[in-house]
Amino acid sequence: MYQPMKNNVVLATRSLEKYFHDPVRFKVLDDISFEIHTGEFVTIVGKSGSGKSTLLYCLSTMDTNYSGELYIQQQKVTGQKPDTLAQIRNQSIGFVFQFHYLLPEFSCLKNVMIPALKLGRLSYPEIEAKAYDKLRMLGIADQALKDASKLSGGQQQRVAIARALINDPAIVMGDEPTGNLDSKNTAIVLDMFRQLSEEFGQTIVAVTHDNDFAKASQRTIEMADGRIVQVLNN
Amino acid sequence: MKLSVNYQIALTHILTRKKQTLVAALGVTVGIALYIFSNSIVVGVSTYSKKSLFKSAPHIRIYSEDQLSLPLATSKHPQQIPVLINPQFANRSRLILNSEELAKDIASLDFVEQVAPYVKVDLFLKNGKTQVKGVADGIVVAEADAMFNIAGTLLAGSVQPISYAPNAIVIGKGIAEKLNLRLNDQVTVVSSEGVSRRLKVVGIFSTDTKDLDDSKAYMNIGTAQKLLRESPSEITDLYVKVRNPDSAGYFSTQIQQYTTYKVEDWQTSNAEQLAQNKMLGTMTPLISFSILLVAAFGIYNIINMTISQKMNDIAILKANGFNAGDIIKIFVSESLIMGSAGTLAGLLIGTILVTLLRNVYIGPPVGYFPVQLDGDLLISGSVFGMLVSVGAGYFPARKAGKVDPVTIFRK
Ligand SMILES: Nc1ncnc2c1ncn2[C@@H]1O[C@H](COP(=O)(O)OP(=O)(O)OP(=O)(O)O)[C@@H](O)[C@H]1O
Ligand SMILES: [Mg+2]
Repeated sequence: MYQPMKNNVVLATRSLEKYFHDPVRFKVLDDISFEIHTGEFVTIVGKSGSGKSTLLYCLSTMDTNYSGELYIQQQKVTGQKPDTLAQIRNQSIGFVFQFHYLLPEFSCLKNVMIPALKLGRLSYPEIEAKAYDKLRMLGIADQALKDASKLSGGQQQRVAIARALINDPAIVMGDEPTGNLDSKNTAIVLDMFRQLSEEFGQTIVAVTHDNDFAKASQRTIEMADGRIVQVLNN
Repeated sequence: MKLSVNYQIALTHILTRKKQTLVAALGVTVGIALYIFSNSIVVGVSTYSKKSLFKSAPHIRIYSEDQLSLPLATSKHPQQIPVLINPQFANRSRLILNSEELAKDIASLDFVEQVAPYVKVDLFLKNGKTQVKGVADGIVVAEADAMFNIAGTLLAGSVQPISYAPNAIVIGKGIAEKLNLRLNDQVTVVSSEGVSRRLKVVGIFSTDTKDLDDSKAYMNIGTAQKLLRESPSEITDLYVKVRNPDSAGYFSTQIQQYTTYKVEDWQTSNAEQLAQNKMLGTMTPLISFSILLVAAFGIYNIINMTISQKMNDIAILKANGFNAGDIIKIFVSESLIMGSAGTLAGLLIGTILVTLLRNVYIGPPVGYFPVQLDGDLLISGSVFGMLVSVGAGYFPARKAGKVDPVTIFRK
């Protein structure tokens, strides 16, 4: 049965299901349905192997091998062509990984600029100025011209967050964005997410193992064996 | 305009691995330089040999072929008895009848530049007790000189007297040396028909071809006819000059429609020599092609290597919204940059090599080494180099376009 969405829903799933076949066939996602509203900060928690990353890859449109339906900004994403999905990722999703994946041969500034250059909505100087703004917001503007590979882990993760924000995405997704950081940097990045959510109303969906991180979010979805077992409003 | 982001990424990849890029580009450079160099030699040598061929041979020659005689009478009725004799080459078959009309017909064809009548006589030239076997061309001076520039080959004297003096003869340098003849000396000629004349040497020529210098003579067409005991309207050959010698084969079949005499283009008459040129012309491009293939493999290799080292980058770019086409563009641009740099250097080095070779003196009769570098060759060289590079980059790039980012991130 189709139920109309409220128009403040940015991300919605309807009965997502996914199987892995290797080495044996098993259901990694089972009847995943939820809605995320504009400005919400949602965390996904659960034991290792419960399917959190798998779910996030589906939400990010990078994994299309599932059944059920995925909506981003009220638009049905399931079944779209790869090029359309790439465009949706470029325009509406900012992704932050556990391993601060940056392009090592480019400066931090260039790393932040690349998604905007791809989008091509602004001129080069405008993009540059905007990238500087984001880096400044994350407190690493002074590192802008360094090669990405020359920064510390915590700094790199902040550059990655700046890159996720450059196109003003509808949703920022993170897969254990603090998973690889020491406690000091974890605190800084967590602060960043909180600030993004509270001050800028940024919609955030993040997978985490960190209790503080989960508590900082407004809603926590807990998964086990590919299913949603509990939803907590913090 | 600012460079596209794909191109900027490609450029960064290349600039951060200059050494490997250089090696890959050098492969293309060597291939293209060799392509330019070897093809210039092929074109130069074949142009040279064609040119020297046309110094004495016409584009198209019309002559009467020796024919076997037919049986004297064939039987038309079963009761008649056919009369057979041994077939033999018909006598006096070397003449072209009605030559003037035929010449006029041919000259009116639009691909024909000039038609010249020739009377060829086999003869002996004698001075005292020495004699030399030779062939004399009975010519109309204006026509023959326009076709072969006889005047330009003269060491001494002039061809002009042939046009008005029936006893004038121009002989090759070799004949003059053997018979110890000088300008204005008298020489006795005896034709294959047994006619003898005393002629005056009015010119001595020297060509690049020893055979010609040792046996060739020119005389008035009327004198040649008399040596053959023929009337003034009968000739043995019509030489035809066409506008485009390379199409002589086609033109000769056109001309053949006007006459039953044998029409032979220069390619047919010189098939043997042309076969050698052709061999050279097939082999050299093959060699440069295989070098280019090696160069292509070099590019393929480096792009492939870059891609396998950049799997993470590809996944990140895809996560950030780059599609398969963008990824392909990035890596094809890289091979294009290497290819165009390599090609450009190859064109330059090839041109330098050709220039160096052009200044190598071989000695007479060739002079300087015959090389010819046409603009066409530079264009085909660049197209070739770029095509090979792009082709070599495309296949690994397409593979990169298909990379699944999730698989990479899971590792
Ligand atoms: N490509 C694959 N083929 C087969 N099984 C896979 C594949 N990728 C993941 N899995 C399995 O799917 C299950 C879910 O994996 P997933 O990475 O989503 O878990 P997770 O909740 O993110 O765990 P963690 O907290 O350790 O990151 C695991 O049992 C994992 O082994
Ligand atoms: Mg995970």
